[in-house]
Amino acid sequence: MAKTPIAFTHNGDERAVFVDDGQNLLDMLRRTAGDLTPKYGCGQGTCGACTVLVDGAPQLACITLAETVDGRRIDTVAGLAAGQGGGRLSPLQKAFMDNFAAQCGYCTDGMLMSATALLARNPRPSRDEVVEAISGNLCRCTGYEAIINAVLQAASGGGSAQAGRR
Amino acid sequence: MPVAVSTFRTLSEAARAFESDRAARIYSGGTIVMRDVNEGDVSFNRLIRITDPAYRAVSVGSEIRLGGGVTMGEIAAHRDLAFLAPVARAVGGPQVRTVATVAGNLFAPRPYGEMAAALVALGAVAETAEGRRLPVEELVRGAPRALVAAVAFPRPSGDFRFAKVTRVRPKGAALMSIAALLPRGGSGETRIVFNGMGPHPVRAVAAERALAGRASDPSAIAAAARAAAEGLSPLDDALASAWYRREVAGVHLKRLLESR
Ligand SMILES: Cc1cc2nc3c(=O)[nH]c(=O)nc-3n(C[C@H](O)[C@H](O)[C@H](O)COP(=O)(O)OP(=O)(O)OC[C@H]3O[C@@H](n4cnc5c(N)ncnc54)[C@H](O)[C@@H]3O)c2cc1C
Repeated sequence: MAKTPIAFTHNGDERAVFVDDGQNLLDMLRRTAGDLTPKYGCGQGTCGACTVLVDGAPQLACITLAETVDGRRIDTVAGLAAGQGGGRLSPLQKAFMDNFAAQCGYCTDGMLMSATALLARNPRPSRDEVVEAISGNLCRCTGYEAIINAVLQAASGGGSAQAGRR
Repeated sequence: MPVAVSTFRTLSEAARAFESDRAARIYSGGTIVMRDVNEGDVSFNRLIRITDPAYRAVSVGSEIRLGGGVTMGEIAAHRDLAFLAPVARAVGGPQVRTVATVAGNLFAPRPYGEMAAALVALGAVAETAEGRRLPVEELVRGAPRALVAAVAFPRPSGDFRFAKVTRVRPKGAALMSIAALLPRGGSGETRIVFNGMGPHPVRAVAAERALAGRASDPSAIAAAARAAAEGLSPLDDALASAWYRREVAGVHLKRLLESR
């Protein structure tokens, strides 16, 4: 099987890896780059558990060909807390904790990345905009309300989740 | 089975490779083709990638031209394509729209194909890398194997409307979607296109006839709603039966025509 060398920025670090023909980005991140935060859910792009940011935009790692990220920036949940220095949780992660926005937790990493992309583009989203931003992420514990409240709380700078409803 | 990936810098090289290798498929946004790769589909063994900037180009004048590789996200955010934004936003969730392309949508299996339906309503033509032109209306019925480099259509002079009917909100596969081009002031062609009411996007010819020249007349709208499913063979699948689709097609068409 042919191996193709690619280089990309992974949560701020420069990485160079070999990818296999037809290998998807999720497999490369988990098995080659050792980042287990993007989750394997459906393998078809339907559940959103593998959501990562490519040059800031949300993408489904399981249906992205690994070699298409050559020269690009990949951000995952592994970089959220580290970005705050010394493993401190980001405000968004903290809001997820405060609002009990994780039950089984399997969808959480994908939810965090979709919400990160939203807040970077739109720091004060409406409730509808939050709902739209996570519409490609399934939570089979059906904990959507808590997740929406957490994103709104993070957007309002940590105050009450209700603040974002107005 | 492993899949080889070939990347081409020009559309013409990519087209030659695609047209001469029946075991090749195009990786445009990859949202359909990568599912097949993950499932180990052995009907193809090569993916063709196109890095030609022309494949990603948008030009807006009296004619609108979208490179085949233009994404739903780009269309949704484009200042001069506001009329197409509701269609682009109806395709998948945000992560899908980051990469899903116009060309890929033309070949998407049902129930997908919202952009394809809109392009049929807009009277778009697909252009191959060699400059051959084929109406999208014909292409969606099954065209000879060719790489679609771009789609082009006249800037709509009339009223363009679109609706996607789903059971799951905010996101879900379409039971059906409807794209309508309604001429303003009575001149020009009325085009009503359904996705989900046939094996590919289809024109509702009977409804078009009922509306011709008087799309805002309540009696014409009522007649179009009654005739909406005439001559069409709706899909019969896990989302809805053909009977159900035939029953509701007119209801949704009426709502779209009455919406302001
Ligand atoms: C979770 C999810 C939700 C989705 N929801 C929707 C939806 O609501 N509506 C909808 O319409 N679709 C939906 N899709 C399907 C898909 O994302 C879109 O139809 C998209 O536009 C396909 O484009 P692509 O570039 O990703 O296609 P690709 O996967 O790159 O290609 C698809 C097919 O088209 C062929 N092809 C691609 N480009 C060309 C070209 N230039 N010339 C000739 N052949 C070409 C390929 O060979 C391949 O067979 C969804 C997909 C997922 C994963």
